[in-house]
Amino acid sequence: MAILEVKDLRTHFFTREGVVKAVDGISFTVEAGKTLGIVGESGCGKSVTALSLMGLIPKPPARIVEGSVNFLGRDLTTFSERQLEDVRGREMAMIFQDPMTSLNPTLRIKTQITEVLDRHYGYSKDDAVRRAVELLEEVQIPRAAERLRDYPHRFSGGMRQRVMIAIALACSPKLLIADEPTTALDVTVQAEILDLLEELRREHEMGMMIITHDMGVVAETADEVAVMYAGQIVEQAETQELFDRPEHPYTEALLGALPQLEGENVREGRLRSIPGRPPDLIAPPPGCRFAPRCPHANLQDGCVDQLPELRPIRPGHLVRSRHPAGERQMVPA
Amino acid sequence: MSENGALLQVRDLRKEFPVKSGFLIERVSHTVNAVDGVSFDIAEGKTLGLVGESGSGKSTTGYCILQLIKPTAGSIRFKGEELTELGREELRRMRREMQIVFQDPYSSLDPRMTVGDIVSEPLEVHGVGTRRNRRGRVRELLDVVGFNPDYSNRYPHEFSGGQRQRVGVARALALNPSLIVCDEPVSALDVSIQAQILNLLKDLQRDFGLTYLLISHDLAVVRGMSDHIAVMKDGKILETGTADDVYERPKHEYTRALLTAVPVPDPRRMKERRVERRKLQHVIAET
Repeated sequence: MAILEVKDLRTHFFTREGVVKAVDGISFTVEAGKTLGIVGESGCGKSVTALSLMGLIPKPPARIVEGSVNFLGRDLTTFSERQLEDVRGREMAMIFQDPMTSLNPTLRIKTQITEVLDRHYGYSKDDAVRRAVELLEEVQIPRAAERLRDYPHRFSGGMRQRVMIAIALACSPKLLIADEPTTALDVTVQAEILDLLEELRREHEMGMMIITHDMGVVAETADEVAVMYAGQIVEQAETQELFDRPEHPYTEALLGALPQLEGENVREGRLRSIPGRPPDLIAPPPGCRFAPRCPHANLQDGCVDQLPELRPIRPGHLVRSRHPAGERQMVPA
Repeated sequence: MSENGALLQVRDLRKEFPVKSGFLIERVSHTVNAVDGVSFDIAEGKTLGLVGESGSGKSTTGYCILQLIKPTAGSIRFKGEELTELGREELRRMRREMQIVFQDPYSSLDPRMTVGDIVSEPLEVHGVGTRRNRRGRVRELLDVVGFNPDYSNRYPHEFSGGQRQRVGVARALALNPSLIVCDEPVSALDVSIQAQILNLLKDLQRDFGLTYLLISHDLAVVRGMSDHIAVMKDGKILETGTADDVYERPKHEYTRALLTAVPVPDPRRMKERRVERRKLQHVIAET
């Protein structure tokens, strides 16, 4: 069952220099109990996508200019700020990259967890505290009852992210959006947090979105992956399929640019880097946005002047390119 | 050069930081051993990858070697000279031979200096060349790192992270050093840009015979770049060896735990790794 259906979402920033098309026509669905990974480099629009869903984009300068966000049968783009407040933290919750700055340093953990319960359910103080202890136990924080009285600085980075997860879980949301949840953490702590999220998703049958720049994190957590580039989805497929048969030249290049930890080619001299850098989103290239950096782009195929459609190349595998790997002809040198 | 041919020889390096407590009247209540008896060699033209998690003391080790902070004890022999015993002037002279590239190209370049001035500053400080041949040298350096020399009159904020890191590398190269300490040189960069900078560092090593101490938390980055690896935790080196040995046949359980915790871009391997990782979970807690 789809809990979230995003259709042709466009979030633009109206700045003095021009209109920045940060998110420019993206569509996807998230199923209950499944994880969608959104992967891309900085500035590709992955975080703006998440913030648009939550109604947290700064208005002005940003505005959702087109598209719909259908969440549990209602279009959130038509909601007022008041209506959104009832959804946020209750049916849809989010955790952020930096657990250092997303908790309030001047409030005890107890206050920060119970305020959610109070806001959405009007819990009495005793009930809220009891529930808060349960939540901390659920995210495996030892001595939960005692630790409720602590301030955030008494927790390590990993423990703080656990607290954030506890707050996000407080109202048993249907959808959890995790925006770079482990980027600020050490690898060993990252592994623990990813395990915890996986466990919670299964237990609560939540839909989950993991937004990350790290292909490894996606490989570990997601059922389906959408690769974003310059405000658009360029490739989308079931995770195993995407890693086995990447089609878009950008996805291929991104995987090729990753330093490898294991396998035969770790000692290979050079990494395959991608020349150039992502386009300016005020005046993106009129054709394929990856064309200026793409080794396969050429003038004959309209790569440079027509934007390719996101089209199925195999069942469930979408790609936005005229030269996906599966259709590429061996060009005589 | 030292007896065994190593360019850099570090022996039993220690750095203690005092921890102060008390309000108004501060007292040193205890010390933290950030670096706790670290020893290693780096041969000329080679790369040692120093890996560890945050707080392991890897950056402090790098700073101690360059004498950017004063080590509490231990010996650092560089080109046969004991750095810890050098006077100010001699140290200044040695500094031409050892440079550093920092993690964050956003904060390590002075925003009020042009790119050209940033790269020429080390030349001025050490009184190398006339104004005119310094300008030529700056253009040459920028060209070497793949930064358009025509932009040398512009300011750092006009460039992307990758371009800025190239400027940082050009500055480090200015005095023809033999050793460069690279402290998380690509951690702040996107994957596609990361590859460009790592390739650049490799090319420069090949062309100029540079010796690197590569400090990083990213085990995959270190793997492809390093000849030897040292794994640090809590100020100590737990394991050293060739890159292949440490990664393929790790001796220490902590190294194994660390390696299995890294997500790899292969969903099938990920499932197997998760099982290995579960088995080693206690190691992280106990080490």
